[in-house]
Amino acid sequence: MAASLNGRAAVVGIGETAYLRGSDRSALALQLEASLKAVADAGLEPKDIDGILPYASGAAVAEDFITNFGLEDVTFSATTPMGGASCVAAIQAAAIAVATGLCRHVLLPIGRRGYSDSRVASRVAAMPQFHVVSEFETPSGTIAPAQLYAPMARRHMELYGTTADQFAEVAVTMRRHAMLNDNAIMQKPMTVEDHHASRMICDPYRLFDCCLESDGGAAVVISGAERAADTRRPVPILGVAEGHPDSPSVITQRPEITRLGLAKAAPRAFGMAGVRPEDVDVAEVYDCFTWTVICQLEDLGFCAKGEGGAFVEGGRIGLDGALPVNTHGGLLSQAHIVGMNHVCELVKQMRGEAGRAQVADAEVGLVTGYGDLGDGSLAIMGAAA
Amino acid sequence: MSAARPPTGETKIARPVPEPSIDSKPYWDGLKERRLLLQQCGNCGLVRHYPRPMCARCHSLEVRWIESSRRGRLHSWTEVHHPFVPALRDEIPYVMATVELEEGVRLQCQMLDADAAALRLDLPLEIVFREVQDGLVLPFARVV
Repeated sequence: MAASLNGRAAVVGIGETAYLRGSDRSALALQLEASLKAVADAGLEPKDIDGILPYASGAAVAEDFITNFGLEDVTFSATTPMGGASCVAAIQAAAIAVATGLCRHVLLPIGRRGYSDSRVASRVAAMPQFHVVSEFETPSGTIAPAQLYAPMARRHMELYGTTADQFAEVAVTMRRHAMLNDNAIMQKPMTVEDHHASRMICDPYRLFDCCLESDGGAAVVISGAERAADTRRPVPILGVAEGHPDSPSVITQRPEITRLGLAKAAPRAFGMAGVRPEDVDVAEVYDCFTWTVICQLEDLGFCAKGEGGAFVEGGRIGLDGALPVNTHGGLLSQAHIVGMNHVCELVKQMRGEAGRAQVADAEVGLVTGYGDLGDGSLAIMGAAA
Repeated sequence: MSAARPPTGETKIARPVPEPSIDSKPYWDGLKERRLLLQQCGNCGLVRHYPRPMCARCHSLEVRWIESSRRGRLHSWTEVHHPFVPALRDEIPYVMATVELEEGVRLQCQMLDADAAALRLDLPLEIVFREVQDGLVLPFARVV
């Protein structure tokens, strides 16, 4: 049996810049700003950081933080190259590092100019994990993640009767939550009719099924349990896991294209945490596309495969529902900060500091990552003491 | 604020072209001859796709190439309305099909003459070939 990380690490600090469409700051400057905020939020100083896990496909490497913060002795650095699953997978790597005593305080920064600079098609073309797709599928006309993931959603619709109305329920709920968040880009109300009227990108994905492209930075600091006790408001990590789907580099060859790596990670993380899906009070679920949320709710075990569409109906994933999802507005309506914004939001919820989007008496929450053609990651956190 | 950019979110890259590797060159050479070649494990006989060095079942590095029957069924699809690269702007809307071949592996390719509204899972398809630009022959799927 694998060693448990339950209770051995905590998120001690979070930091976010303003999330924008159009920034005059570099991607490195954005994540340095967010990192300083995260360090200060923990009650630490930059010199206390001795581990760095930057975003693997991003604009900065560990050396940039050593240089800009003037760090004298960083003892651990690594990356978790899993696309949108990277940030939550990095929580697992950081928890291992602090639990073993390899380092004390690990910084997980990300910053990007996804709106102002590189767009998604050129970003994924530059990712080594996409080399199989780049050689065998991109030349035929599959350029962007929306096109790679749309056949997964289409097959789910054909097999299980999942509907565009159910996609819209996800999009409309994320928008409603974003309108409670002063740092969310999208502030205009959205109806189901608005969703259905938005232009088709690649069937079944309309514009409002697709996440935003944003500029901004976000960071968290993770510390070992003993060190965390001296920080301002530590949020304990109860369970954490990553999972890779069969045929991880190419969806086309996957035996079941509507099942994600998260389906493998979820039993491990829930087992480590000693909780069940029905114990979860709030879920921050990586929402690059609306259907991706529906599929992950299935793979997390909230409902059976094929029942995710019905699960999101009737307001269940809204703030007043049985399982509030993406209380900050998500990638769909807050901003695309590769899910580090989801991690920050979960920490706020577990601290009771989520403002108008606070879920009352939230004691157990989870955050997922999804990316890189199906990789999944999951962290389960408990309420701050 | 940032510099102006195309409002459609298109990326200014040309039509992507493959860069064959030592492992995949026979596949691309086969397409130029209008043949769909698949790898078969030289030890245990398992057919695999896309081309790669090792059999995941027996770990043999021995490979032989077999010619596909080019017959298959529709596993899933998407009708693309946004080009993402300017080079494909004149081709939209087009349908990308995930085709399950008789040999048990899948490939993804554009469909010819597709009526997206008439598509359904397991629709019988055949693979044909088109030269999309000088020296680049790609597989396409067509309803049988």
